[in-house]
Amino acid sequence: MMQDVRWVWIGAAVLLALALAAPWYVYPVVVMEALCFALFACAFNLLIGYVGLLSFGHAAFFGSAAYITAHAVKVWGLPPELGILAGVAVAAILGTVFGWLAIRRQGIYFAMVTLALAQMVYFVALQVPFTHGEDGIQAVPRGRLFSVIDLDDTLAMYYFVLAVFLLGFALIVRTINSPFGQVIKAIRENEPRALSLGYHADHYKLVVFILSAALSGLAGSVKSLVFQLATLTDVEWTMSGWVVLMTLVGGLGTVLGPVVGAFFLVAMQHYLAQLGSWVTVVQGIIFVFCVLVFRRGIVGVIATYAVSRRATQAEGPPAVGGAAARGAP
Amino acid sequence: MFEFSHLSIPPAPALFAQLLVGLINGAFYAMLSLGLAVIFGLLNIINFAHGAQYMLGAFCAWFLLNALGLGYWPALVLAPLIVGLVGIAIERLLLRHIYRLDPLYGLLLTFGLALIIEGVFRQQYGSSGQPYAIPPELRGGRNLGFMFLPNYRAWVIFASLAVCLATWFTIERTRLGAYLRAATENPVLVQAFGINVPRMITLTYGAGVALAALAGVMAAPIYQVSPLMGSNIIIVVFAVVVIGGMGSILGAIVSGFALGLVEGLTKVFYPEASNTVIFIIMALVLLVKPAGLFGQAR
Repeated sequence: MMQDVRWVWIGAAVLLALALAAPWYVYPVVVMEALCFALFACAFNLLIGYVGLLSFGHAAFFGSAAYITAHAVKVWGLPPELGILAGVAVAAILGTVFGWLAIRRQGIYFAMVTLALAQMVYFVALQVPFTHGEDGIQAVPRGRLFSVIDLDDTLAMYYFVLAVFLLGFALIVRTINSPFGQVIKAIRENEPRALSLGYHADHYKLVVFILSAALSGLAGSVKSLVFQLATLTDVEWTMSGWVVLMTLVGGLGTVLGPVVGAFFLVAMQHYLAQLGSWVTVVQGIIFVFCVLVFRRGIVGVIATYAVSRRATQAEGPPAVGGAAARGAP
Repeated sequence: MFEFSHLSIPPAPALFAQLLVGLINGAFYAMLSLGLAVIFGLLNIINFAHGAQYMLGAFCAWFLLNALGLGYWPALVLAPLIVGLVGIAIERLLLRHIYRLDPLYGLLLTFGLALIIEGVFRQQYGSSGQPYAIPPELRGGRNLGFMFLPNYRAWVIFASLAVCLATWFTIERTRLGAYLRAATENPVLVQAFGINVPRMITLTYGAGVALAALAGVMAAPIYQVSPLMGSNIIIVVFAVVVIGGMGSILGAIVSGFALGLVEGLTKVFYPEASNTVIFIIMALVLLVKPAGLFGQAR
């Protein structure tokens, strides 16, 4: 067991070193994009992986936060930190309302309700004047962080994005490993039993939903500063599907899975960019492939392999948001 | 006062025209949510590809016309058959393998299928629509005194009602429907009685998909035949299904038509909300009756 912990720390140190050095060997904007989506996918995974709720409407939080931050920074002239705060706040409020409505239904209905609510946000974004319809909010200034650090400097922006990602990621890991995290996992595994032990399951679900929405919003806000752009793509249902796919590819219910999935798919998208609509087709094929034969995802498969090498024991296929979590790093 | 001028009572013809549009939309909502409900009943899968299959139906009719010169009426029979066969292939090759898993995997798999189908057609035809002419027999219209009723739209309302009622009759009043309902309750027991449940599941999926394709053919002359027509409508249909609850076939039909009408009325009295009104109603229904208006408990 001690050895495991040591390996985790070594792995984390290597990853951190890679991330810190990334601007010198990869185009920084691509890494920033991947980091934003990684945070988005981690936030989404909090809900599917640890409470077992599949939200098909997370684009609503990502996109509305992107719009709010872009508007706050560009039109109201707020500094970036306050702009991000405004975006996160709106995403959290939206998450409170949506979560409050959606947790009345479970399973498949939960997915449909979140999808429909997110579509409502899409239509609102299409109609209200401040989002500028099809054009979106363009040329968003990045501004000076805490009026000191100039974010127009790509390197400064990169380290800011990395810091935001690490903070969000740490918050998620801390939540999962807290007593609160144990309760939500108990609700995922057996809700009636958790209820009978006196835990208000709906209360816990709502809190996780709000946290997930707020962190998705954080990802969206930062994204709008990275690309200096907030558009309808950010609130469209395809964005909700995109985050589901990233988490599925990386491994539902694993801590690192969404990060791996996000980097994998963002890289893929950049290599396939010239293919036009075929990218959608490739996404669809990956979806079908993952559901049919690769349900554990990249990290889930590695974790299962590592676990089974130590104790040669087989496990059944995981439920959605299910058992893959147990052996995962 | 100008801002509120659209809240005043509109002239009657405009009102009836929007009600007609609402009724037409409602006809498609009803047919699509009916197919979703039938598939969900037996397969326990939400068919996310339903919108893409509706689009396939419309494109199939367009191909039949432009490649083979077969008009609307043959297409009305052939397109659902062809797309239904595609559905059967999908069920046998893909869906069959995930029945023992969490139903959410079914949603993810069919979502992937929808992306594939839509992506292929978008690559081929872009986002713009292809025109499909109204069949000559149904061109023109008649004046009802209070409004002008185009013949084709009258036909769509009539035909979709007939299709919905026929589906309802088949499921609720025939022996085949009794098997189907029994298999929904307890597939193992029904199989033990000597009924080939896997084949029934295959055919049910095929029939649900064919229903979506039929709606697509009927929609082709009204909306344009476009690769995006399916994804635009399927999310609204999901909301309709949540509102109606999936327990009841009749509930799917009634809520489909009713919500189409509500949408039409909203277009008259408060056009800004016409896109969102169904989602708002869904939120209200979730507050008051979470299982849906016609549904049983979750």
